[in-house]
Amino acid sequence: MLQIKDLSVKYDNIQVLHGISMDIQDGELVALIGANGAGKTTALTTISGVKRSFGGEIVYNGKNITKASTDEIVRLGVVQVPEGRQIFSKMTIEENLILGAYTESDSARQKANMERGFEMFPILRERKKQLAGTLSGGEQQMLAIARALMSNPKLLLLDEPSMGLSPLMTEQVFDAIVTLNESGTTILLVEQNAFDALEISGRAYVMENGVITREGKSSDLMEDPAIKRAYLGGD
Amino acid sequence: MSFNYILGQLINGIKLGSIYAIIAIGYSMVYGILRLINFAHGDLLTVGVYTMLVLMGFSGLPIWLVILAGCIVSIMVGMTMERLVYRPLRGSGEETTLISSLAVSVFLQNLISMIFTPQKKAFHLPDFLTVNHSLGPVSLSTINILTMISIVVILIALTLLLKKTKIGMAMRACSDNLAASQLMGIKINNVVVVAFVIGSGLAALTGVMLAGEYKTIEPLMGFVPGLKAFCAAVLGGIGSLNGAVLGGFIIGIAEVLFAGLMPSDITPYRDAFIFFLLIVVLLVKPNGILGSSEGGRS
Amino acid sequence: MKYRENAAVRFVCFVLLPLLILIYSAINRGHYYSDLICLFGIHLILATSLNLVNGFSGMFSMGHAAFMAVGAYTSALLTISETQKARISGLPEWFQKFTLPFPLALLCAGLVAALLALLIGFPVLRLKSHYLSVATLGLIVIVRAFLDNEDQFTNGARGITGLPSYSTIFSVFLTGLILLYIMYRLIRCSSYGRGLIAMRDDDVAAQTLGVRIVTKKISIFCLSAFAAGIGGALWGHLQTVISGQFFYFTDSFEIVEMSIIGGMYSLSGGIVGALVMTFLPEILAPLETGIMIGGFQLPELYGASNLIMAVFLILLIIFRRQGILGDSEIIVESIFSKSTYTGIFKAETYRKLVDITKAKLTGKKKEKTAK
Repeated sequence: MLQIKDLSVKYDNIQVLHGISMDIQDGELVALIGANGAGKTTALTTISGVKRSFGGEIVYNGKNITKASTDEIVRLGVVQVPEGRQIFSKMTIEENLILGAYTESDSARQKANMERGFEMFPILRERKKQLAGTLSGGEQQMLAIARALMSNPKLLLLDEPSMGLSPLMTEQVFDAIVTLNESGTTILLVEQNAFDALEISGRAYVMENGVITREGKSSDLMEDPAIKRAYLGGD
Repeated sequence: MSFNYILGQLINGIKLGSIYAIIAIGYSMVYGILRLINFAHGDLLTVGVYTMLVLMGFSGLPIWLVILAGCIVSIMVGMTMERLVYRPLRGSGEETTLISSLAVSVFLQNLISMIFTPQKKAFHLPDFLTVNHSLGPVSLSTINILTMISIVVILIALTLLLKKTKIGMAMRACSDNLAASQLMGIKINNVVVVAFVIGSGLAALTGVMLAGEYKTIEPLMGFVPGLKAFCAAVLGGIGSLNGAVLGGFIIGIAEVLFAGLMPSDITPYRDAFIFFLLIVVLLVKPNGILGSSEGGRS
Repeated sequence: MKYRENAAVRFVCFVLLPLLILIYSAINRGHYYSDLICLFGIHLILATSLNLVNGFSGMFSMGHAAFMAVGAYTSALLTISETQKARISGLPEWFQKFTLPFPLALLCAGLVAALLALLIGFPVLRLKSHYLSVATLGLIVIVRAFLDNEDQFTNGARGITGLPSYSTIFSVFLTGLILLYIMYRLIRCSSYGRGLIAMRDDDVAAQTLGVRIVTKKISIFCLSAFAAGIGGALWGHLQTVISGQFFYFTDSFEIVEMSIIGGMYSLSGGIVGALVMTFLPEILAPLETGIMIGGFQLPELYGASNLIMAVFLILLIIFRRQGILGDSEIIVESIFSKSTYTGIFKAETYRKLVDITKAKLTGKKKEKTAK
């Protein structure tokens, strides 16, 4: 579904991605784990077309999207839930969701998607007229996911959904991610919280200093002593 | 000091306030989305007015057509500066864009001086627009009345645009969180262009109102009203439509009342007073009166 | 320590002094070109002083004309003759006969400007980014209103005439050199300067490292105003006529432009900016009066020079955002040393050099103590 080949990205003169390659198949839930500053978020923003690469290419369903603009990429069905949630805090929850469907012109489908989001996170329905900025961190994360679903994504890019959430909330959000994947949405999950990410994903990539150092089945990686030591704590 | 005098001053304040409010709307829209103080915004007003001056030279053109043409030219100049200067600089830091807008302002002022000479020129609107009507204790010209009506119309129209239309929603989203808006698939460039179009058009419209009031125009005429309109936008809470209008009225009324009610040796300080007011408000309420987050104070 | 002093000493000895003496002896004072060179010197002081705030403190002030004005008026009132003073109605009697020698008047000009900066600094510097810039613009308006309306002290919009023409190439550049040297030492060679740059890059982080944000902001603002006040005074003594209209938006923006063109993250950027902004308009000036190009008589293009400057500035901002020098400093030492570098060093290289020198010096100390 998504092939990344030798992707290289830099900020001004500092190169942060040194030719990473990834391959995501239809229906997979793939995790991308790594320490702070490894370049995970940069990889996602480059896929979304916000950040430009200077080398390598990104191919989505056989189409080269390396130079495509963000709105084209969203229209193709690749949608990102950004780090730190990034909801529209001065707008209501309902308006946030409507904006999520910005590329979706069919109003019936828009309604259906909103309904799906409300079913997934009932708290959002209760508060749909409330300003999004008044929600708690976990609720905001739910809103961010529900908002991304509004445009019927085929590939969902999740950036640190557990960031700043309580363990209980994290579990809820991760459950929702699994449900989404089971219902057919392909997901690329970027996480620092390596243990949880490896637990729910089928396959995973490990990133260090802008390079993919390991890849494989998540269950294998979890057993790997080096990974255990570096990311999971203990041995 | 009679009641009628104060009432008259108040009406004058509302008149001036409407002008500031309309310019402030444009300022606020652009700032809300790009965090750019477009110093050249006031000069768009000048561009519009000079275009109208040229067209009025051709007798026979109806005045509404002249004004419309002025607005269109102003919009085109606004779009051009966005495309050529602000777009390449987007995301390059607040100071950089601030300076670039200053440079654009200097450019426009001098371009106009070069074409039309820096001297003041007479600007005569048709009589039916400048004729005075006395309404009870106050007397207002047609254009004054139109100014006050237009602010109401503009406010309603823009509120509908922002609340009900897709592009309006996108504009609000961009001004709330530009990065997230992009990830929603909103074409930022389109939204920015719309903001510039609305802002430039409104600026040219206020140009007619100012020129009609003073009966003369000059190449620098837009700068100071533009600056005060920016103060108005900040005062009301920048990025907010209602805030811009409220701020415009507060500044307009404060300015007129200051000039009209204070002892005559203080009245020359009216511009100084406006900025003083702005600084005080920013210190007490850093986000302006109707502003929400994003503080002006560190 | 010695290394840096050497740089400054050599700068003065080998470049500026000979140059100045040469120019000074070649042209008489009051001559058009010598005035232009004085103007360059004054611009240099103003632009550098603005860089101090805008480039190194993370604040963006646009109100330097206000400090210039205050400096110019202070120095004017302290130096004009009794007959000139008699025209200004509100001066107290003792002041009528009171005059100061030029250097002291300059010092007072700087101090009064710094005092103003201190007064308005406390409220205004709490504002953030854009709002601070607008507030400093407001300061210009407020100062202008004061100058135009407080007739008894400022002679109103008529301004003050008959300032002694004290500004010569010698006095301007001597003052400029002293100020530049102080600023340079402070920014590039002291913990104060490093704290300042830390604050510019990340004020919260700097605060956690013990940088006193408020004190730093106020002090650098005052210092900058001090230099701008002196610059304004020198300007007044060059033109010999001052009034509020000379210290308004256009003039303030001109200083901002200089600072941006040269590179506001570099003190020597002020020099380059001043150079461009002083001489380029002179070169372009003929356009304004109409010139012949290839047999064509161009019409008078009023504002053409400003227009071209504006385009130049826009292009510069788009294609070289950091200004001509970026964050490099001109280090004169390197002009004379055998190193392969040109006169312009990357700031980074400079820092490395300082570190090496420091290491050498501490090494020597250790040797001494060992003996």
